This record gives sequence, C-alpha cells and structure tokens, in this order.
Amino acid sequence: MRHIISILLENESGALSRVAGLFSARGYNIESLTVAPTDDSSLSRMTLVTRGSDRVIEQITKQLNKLVDVVKLVDLTEGPHIEREMLLIKVKATGAMREEAKRLVDIFRGRILDVTDSAYTIEMTGDSSKLDSFIDAISSAGIIEVVRSGVSGLTRGDKGLKV
Amino acid sequence: MKELTGAEIFVRSLADEGVELVFGYPGGAALHIYDALYQQDRVKHILVRHEQGATHAADGYARSTGKPGVVLVTSGPGATNAVTGIATAYMDSIPLVVFTGQVASHLIGDDAFQEVDAVGITRPCVKHNFLVKSVEELATTVKKAFHIATTGRPGPVVVDIPKDITANKCAYSYPKKVDIRSYSPVTEGHPGQIKRAVEVLLSAKRPMIYTGGGVVLDNASEELTKLVRMLGYPCTNTLMGLGSFPASDPLFVGMLGMHGTYESNMAMHACDALLAIGARFDDRVTGDVEKFCPDARIIHIDIDPSSISKTVPVEIPIVGSVKNVLKEMMKQIKAAKKEPDAAALKQWWKQIDTWRNMNCLGYDRKSELIKPQYVLETLHRLTQGDAFVTSDVGQHQMWTAQFYKFEKPRRWINSGGLGTMGFGLPAAMGVQMAHPDETVVCVTGEASIQMCIQELSTCRQYDLPIKIVNLNNRYMGMVRQWQEFFYDRRYSNSYMDALPDFVKLAESYGHIGIQIEKPGDVEGAIKEALAQKDRLVFMNFITDQTENVYPMIAAGKPHNEMHLGPCVSPVDTDRELA
Repeated sequence: MRHIISILLENESGALSRVAGLFSARGYNIESLTVAPTDDSSLSRMTLVTRGSDRVIEQITKQLNKLVDVVKLVDLTEGPHIEREMLLIKVKATGAMREEAKRLVDIFRGRILDVTDSAYTIEMTGDSSKLDSFIDAISSAGIIEVVRSGVSGLTRGDKGLKV
Repeated sequence: MKELTGAEIFVRSLADEGVELVFGYPGGAALHIYDALYQQDRVKHILVRHEQGATHAADGYARSTGKPGVVLVTSGPGATNAVTGIATAYMDSIPLVVFTGQVASHLIGDDAFQEVDAVGITRPCVKHNFLVKSVEELATTVKKAFHIATTGRPGPVVVDIPKDITANKCAYSYPKKVDIRSYSPVTEGHPGQIKRAVEVLLSAKRPMIYTGGGVVLDNASEELTKLVRMLGYPCTNTLMGLGSFPASDPLFVGMLGMHGTYESNMAMHACDALLAIGARFDDRVTGDVEKFCPDARIIHIDIDPSSISKTVPVEIPIVGSVKNVLKEMMKQIKAAKKEPDAAALKQWWKQIDTWRNMNCLGYDRKSELIKPQYVLETLHRLTQGDAFVTSDVGQHQMWTAQFYKFEKPRRWINSGGLGTMGFGLPAAMGVQMAHPDETVVCVTGEASIQMCIQELSTCRQYDLPIKIVNLNNRYMGMVRQWQEFFYDRRYSNSYMDALPDFVKLAESYGHIGIQIEKPGDVEGAIKEALAQKDRLVFMNFITDQTENVYPMIAAGKPHNEMHLGPCVSPVDTDRELA
C-alpha cells in the first residue's frame, strides 16, 4: 500500500540524511521525498511517500519516531487528507501537436509558462495520479524533460501537525 | 565570568557530569583537549594502544557498572578505528559517549589532513550524533550526549568537535538538565495493557518467560527474579540476558536460541503463553520466525516501541521501562483473583524435566585432550561463579555462556549483537578499571585474542591483573564448525597458521604466561593464575581441535529441530580435520 508520511523535523544539518539513511539501511523504499522550512524557522516539514505492508509501515513510523531529530509525524493516508504535487514539463510543440498539447493543458487545468517555436513549458498541480495521467496523455507530443516536486500533503479538517 | 577555552570547557563538562575515566588516544585534532586533560586531575585518562580498544574498554566499563563509558579519539583514523566499538555498543544498547576530534571548522570539506566525515560515518551505528558548531554550544551538547546515551533504550552517542572550537573561548556553565523536545522516552507501561498481560499469564497452561539484555540494562534483575519466583514459571535468558536471573535457580532452564539448551528451546516451541522482557527476537534466538512459539500468545515488554513486532508479531505490546512494568505487573498479579493453574504447571514442569534430563550439555569427560567445556566448568567452580567474565566471539563465547553459570547481572560481558572478535581483552580492561579488587577473566580463543592483542601493553601500563583464558584450538573454531557441518569439511581459511608462542608473548609484554596441555593440569593452572592478585596471567590452554558447540539449531530452523552432541545421542564423531 502507498503511504504518505508527513514529518516535523528539527531544522538541523544532517536531519535529512538521518531519514534517508534509515530508509536505505533498513531497505525501505522512498517513492518521493520533499523537505522545506516551515513558519517556525527551527522546524522543517518533510513529506515522504513510501510503499509497504502494514507491518513494514508500522516499523517505518516507529523507526522514524526513534530518530532524535524527528519531532512529530503523521501517516496522512490513515485518514482524509489532501495531496498535491507540482509538475513542470517541457514538450515538443510542432505541427498538429501544437494545438493538441494546448488542448490537453486546458483539459488538465495546467498552465503554459514558456513558449518557443518548437516547445511548451507547462506547469500543473494535482495529486500524483493526475500528473501521471497528464504525462501519459501528452507523451505522444514528445517529452523533452520532466521535473516533479514530489508529494506534499495535509490532513483534512481543523487539526494540524504542530509542536 | 572568566572565559575558558573549548578544551577546558570540555574537560570541566566531563568532570561535572561525573565522569571518572576516559579511554582514548591522542592526535592532532585532539591536542588542545589533551593539553587541558594534562592540567587537571578530576578526570583520569586511560591510554589504549588502538582506538578500537578504547571503545571496547569504555563499553566493558559501561556494561559492568551501568554508567556511561567515555571515549576520546582524534579525527580521521582515530574516528574510523573507533567505529567497530561504536557499532558493537549500538547493537547491544550500551551507553557510550564518544568524542572525536575534527579538523578546524574552516577546513571541513576540504579533504584536510586526517579529515573524515565522522558524523556521516557513524550515523547508522549511533543512537544520535552531533557536530559542535561553536564553543558556546559545547557544554550543552556534552550534556545532551550523556542524556541521550543513558536514557530510554541506551546507546552510543558521538560528538565531533572541530579543533578551532577547542581553542575558542567563552564563559562556562554546565547545564543541570537538558530538555530535548523531540526526545522523551516512555517509561511507564500502560496499566491496561499490563492487565491484559496478567490475564494471559495467569490463564496459561504452559507459560514461558524469555528475557534479554533489557533487564540488565534497566537494573531490573531483582524485579525479574521476584516475578519468576512468584509465578513459578520457567525462565530462559538470551545471551545478553545471562545473569539477570540466577542460573542456579531450578526455575532457570538455561539460555535459548541457536546454542541454547534443549529444555529451553523445546519449552519455547511448546509454550502457550510467552512473556518476552527486554529481548528483541534476534534471528539467533528465534530461528525460523514462521515456526516461532507456534502455540503461544505473546506479551512483549520493551522500552523501544520499534523492537516490538519487528520480527515476530506480538499480541500484547507493553512499552515502558522493564523495571517499572515488572513492578506494576507484580502489583496486579497480587491483586488478581486468579492464581497460576497449579495442576497444569505441575504437568508442564514434568515435561520440562524430561527435556532437562537429556543433559544436552554433556561432553566427553574422559578425553585425553583438554575439553574447553571442562576449562570453563573448572573456572566457574574455582571463582565460585562470582567473577566478571568477558569473552570474544565464537565457540569459546558460546561455551562460556553455557558453562559459566552466572548468578548476578553485569558479570557477563560479551558482544552479542555485532559479534565483534577482539572485544574481550579491551572490555576486560574497562571492567577491571571499574572493579579493581574483583576477579576479571577474559575467555578468548587464539584467533579473537589476536585482533586486539596490542592492549596487553595497556594492561601492563595500568597494572590490570586480568586473567586470560585462551582456549587455543588452532582454529577459528566456530568457522570450522560451520564448515564441518555445512561445507562438507572444506576448512577454507579457518586454520590459524603461524601462531605466536603466547607464553613468550605475554612475558614480553611484562605479564605471566602459562601453557596447559593436559586435562590434569587445568585446575592447578587456574588456581595458580587466580592466586596472582596483582599480575595479568595469560593461560594458553591447548584444547581439542574437533570439539563442537552443542546443542545447535542450524540458521533459519525452528526451535524443535536441534542437533544434539555426541555425548547425548549417537552422531558421527570420527571426524577428520584439515
């Protein structure tokens, strides 16, 4: 099962490598990982997407909690949550595909950020599966390059992950 | 307030933390600190001969006293040499604080002379580590390091200190306590969970209590002993737990696992309720996890939530300090309306006694060669089971665990998790430093002892009267045993060729060496060695090369598939060696 684990981490050098090291040392996989500062400058927020059986996920959250730099964490997939990822993609835009690509961007509610004679650079936000679908749909145009931000997310409702 | 240098602050911090001994080895990046050590007498420094020895010595000190062991080494190779000892302590949850010198801050990342990323290299084998960024944070970091190393599930903490920070100055004050918002180990067990556990325990027909190093680490031997006697249930210890329950108590069924007793492993396999206390279901204990205690409802007490249900699913987890949980458990048992099922228990013990009567630790007592088991039995008798015993890793370690019957905790000092050859001698140094008037024995083999043999020089410098029992079978015995059983007797690289004359070697370091070649001389030699109260004695026992450790459960097999030794049931003893 796919799980999104959201972590409040001490904003210390080395904290990221402790998390990454834990995953490689214990053979857990990381599908995506994002980390950035929060409104509290002493804390970073990390969102990590991983896959595993319930037992593996239980071990992952226990092992993460054991790291001294981990302040708090929540497995977003345990309840209602919002998941977003940003995609930047550069595709070929020539001939018939120039119009078709534009239409696809509109259908998926993306934005074209940069235009040249032969290419579009497109921005799109959504959950990972939407971005996967868009990449699939536009691939016939010819993809030049893809950058994805990795998933970030929050629980729904009025509660938050705070110290 | 008068300003002190970082080096002075460091040494003052150690003294104010209550550190008596630091095991270490100087070098460029640590020179300011060594200069500050020279100018005071509150903290004593023990100079080892290799940084691995420093970490093992501090580890032995910690295991035998319960206090944190402290190590000081320089940058680069000083730090890398310490890694084996740090990993050893990590695997057995031993509180160590290891200070590594580092090149000056402005040189970090430049591949400077004797620079390594000590924080990076040690990250996977420490509980936590720090790189000190300014002299102002030095004292607090030292305090944090000791706090983390000694609380919760203990473990080693590394503090990397760049050289410039030991020269910079600031005012000194050592914090009385530190608060780390992301670190607060649970100590009290959940009363509801304990209630469920008591219910399962008191309803059991074939109960079993399996306990590990956590009982020793939490100083909970007394509570464990009371609980086991209160219930009258059989108790087995892991390799790390030996001594936490008195081996002479009839309720004790011996060690369990790969080289555990027949009765403990069979009882594990047959039990219907298992109380695991401060043990981590290691693969050498569980064997095949699919067939582990197939009929048992499992209760697990551990301070580390990640130890629970890691390899074996547990029905009733109890997170908390072993000592606190056992106290609460006994309170609830006393208050409970129920009592253990006496009839079922009588039947259970009858069954266990038939297993016990197999005498699974039997060996050939008529042999003309020295049997290692005989040496250890004799050692146990002559020291009244009261010595501190360290070991290296291999056959001799297992025989010590089987034949030296430990009555008290913190007397059995060995590298259980990492299995570090070379551990025994330096660990014995730390134990002897902490207990100058006690008998400290290092049981080793001719392969292991050579991994840290240089520490014989440290033993001479500090007059440590350690008794070394070298079970010399001219083989890496455990490697040879596996090759005999599983590799069709192809003894690949397991023969220790070109061995030194250990007696002369000991003498050249200024110690006493004794060579023992006949069973009839064993007792006299050990007596002679024990009588030397002020000298290190190196006893070189030439033992039977063909002896194997029994019983044995092959890796990955279940508890009820044990190989028993030739003196228990007939197996082929006509073995050829290379």
